[in-house]
Amino acid sequence: MDHNAGKPVDPHVTEAMLPYMNTSYGNPSSLYTFSQASRNAFEEARAKVAELINAEKKDSIIFTSGATESNNLAIKGLANRYKDRGTRILTSAVEHMSVVNPCKYLTTKGFETIFLPVDQYGFLSLESLEKELTDKTILVTIIYANGEVGTIEPIKEISQIVHGKNAYLHVDATAANGQVPIDVRNEGIDLLTLSSNDMYGPKGVGALYIKEGTRLEPLLHGGGQERGLRSGTENVSGIVGFGKAAEIAQKEMRSESERLIKLRDRLIKGLLEPIPHAYLNGHPTKRLPNNVSVRYSFIEGESMLLSLDLMGVAASSGSACTAKTLEPSHVLLATGLKHEEAHGSLMFSLGKQNTEEEADYVVSLMPGIVKRLRAMSPLTPKELNM
Amino acid sequence: MYTEKVMDHFKNPRNMGEIPDADGVGTVGNPVCGDMMTIYIKVKGNRIEDIKFKTFGCGAAVATSSMVTEIAKGKTLEEAMKITRASVADSLGGLPPVKMHCSNLAADALHAAIEDYSKRQKEVKK
Repeated sequence: MDHNAGKPVDPHVTEAMLPYMNTSYGNPSSLYTFSQASRNAFEEARAKVAELINAEKKDSIIFTSGATESNNLAIKGLANRYKDRGTRILTSAVEHMSVVNPCKYLTTKGFETIFLPVDQYGFLSLESLEKELTDKTILVTIIYANGEVGTIEPIKEISQIVHGKNAYLHVDATAANGQVPIDVRNEGIDLLTLSSNDMYGPKGVGALYIKEGTRLEPLLHGGGQERGLRSGTENVSGIVGFGKAAEIAQKEMRSESERLIKLRDRLIKGLLEPIPHAYLNGHPTKRLPNNVSVRYSFIEGESMLLSLDLMGVAASSGSACTAKTLEPSHVLLATGLKHEEAHGSLMFSLGKQNTEEEADYVVSLMPGIVKRLRAMSPLTPKELNM
Repeated sequence: MYTEKVMDHFKNPRNMGEIPDADGVGTVGNPVCGDMMTIYIKVKGNRIEDIKFKTFGCGAAVATSSMVTEIAKGKTLEEAMKITRASVADSLGGLPPVKMHCSNLAADALHAAIEDYSKRQKEVKK
């Protein structure tokens, strides 16, 4: 139940990809007939990805090596292109590291980055967005929905504010794409990051939607593929797989989301109700269909993960100990949680394969795990002033 | 990620609990960092007769706490003071590098408990 970390590739996707590794291996940039098949399939994939987000045309989509590259291309590419107009960039306190770090990097190159606060649910403070959005602001980059707390941001409202000051809006939809309907035209998005694996496509492929008229400096210079924005021979099989995954996501989104929401809410209820001092992270309803994020006082996330792992359940935690850094999740801290509360957080990201029986199994394990770890813990309500 | 030995101590922690009438108590770390442990000792004739721990933290924090109690039980206070973070980690077959500093506090908690005991002894003599 840790699908944010990795999803299996849909078998229909694998099937669609195989010919472009075995038989139709032509380079789409080549002129001869042999390459026609890969060129066609490649452009068809572009059309399918464009359709998923209601882009105005297929050429608004640029394929990349994944969401990290798309985020880097959008942020650094736009900043470098428009630096004469302004050097101020706004983002939120609940972004993925592939947005946080390019923004921080730009501060070493003469740009100024402001991390806007969020409320207890993880919603961006529109008030501070309005306050910080100056004429010098060229870019606002906001996550569509956060994978750790699941909160879906009010992108349309954000867009109206951003465009009121003639800044560009980049949205990182990595955790959301394929789960909730995204409409770049209706929501007013200038740049949108998409990831293939997050919709059951292969890893190592992503896309960036670029609204017509939005200009970027490329990160990679070379043969000029992807309208000069992303040089390098195209990953045809991967892109074809991404296209297939987008097609399936579009077809199944409504029914699968309904199923996931039921499963999500069943799991949340079961994880919280029988256990005292147990709380939900994020918003109860405005959250990704697959996101379950809870916290238990007095115990630590990794020891919960290990206990679940021993029972065959994969999850993730908000604690430092699972990561390379020692700080707990910056996203959880941004929602106002104390360090010890962030350390005690547990996240499940559900996927197509997860069933009600599995959710019930996790629910049946949790009280025992929490009880055992609490018995071991020196912390009590008194120490934490509860 | 963890050795079998670490997982064994995580699953079946030795000497977990409290000693209500302990002769020395040592607490190190804090919940903000994600690791906190308390060690209780009962001393008889300069030896650690009984020892228990309580830990808030990751798998490594639990396993090092459990291991340090196992090593220290029955040792003289001088011997117990010689137990180091490194020797606890070695006894567990090693720890992931990131855990060596943040979660390997058990030896420090033991030393704090012994120091607490010594302090109490001095106060009694006064």
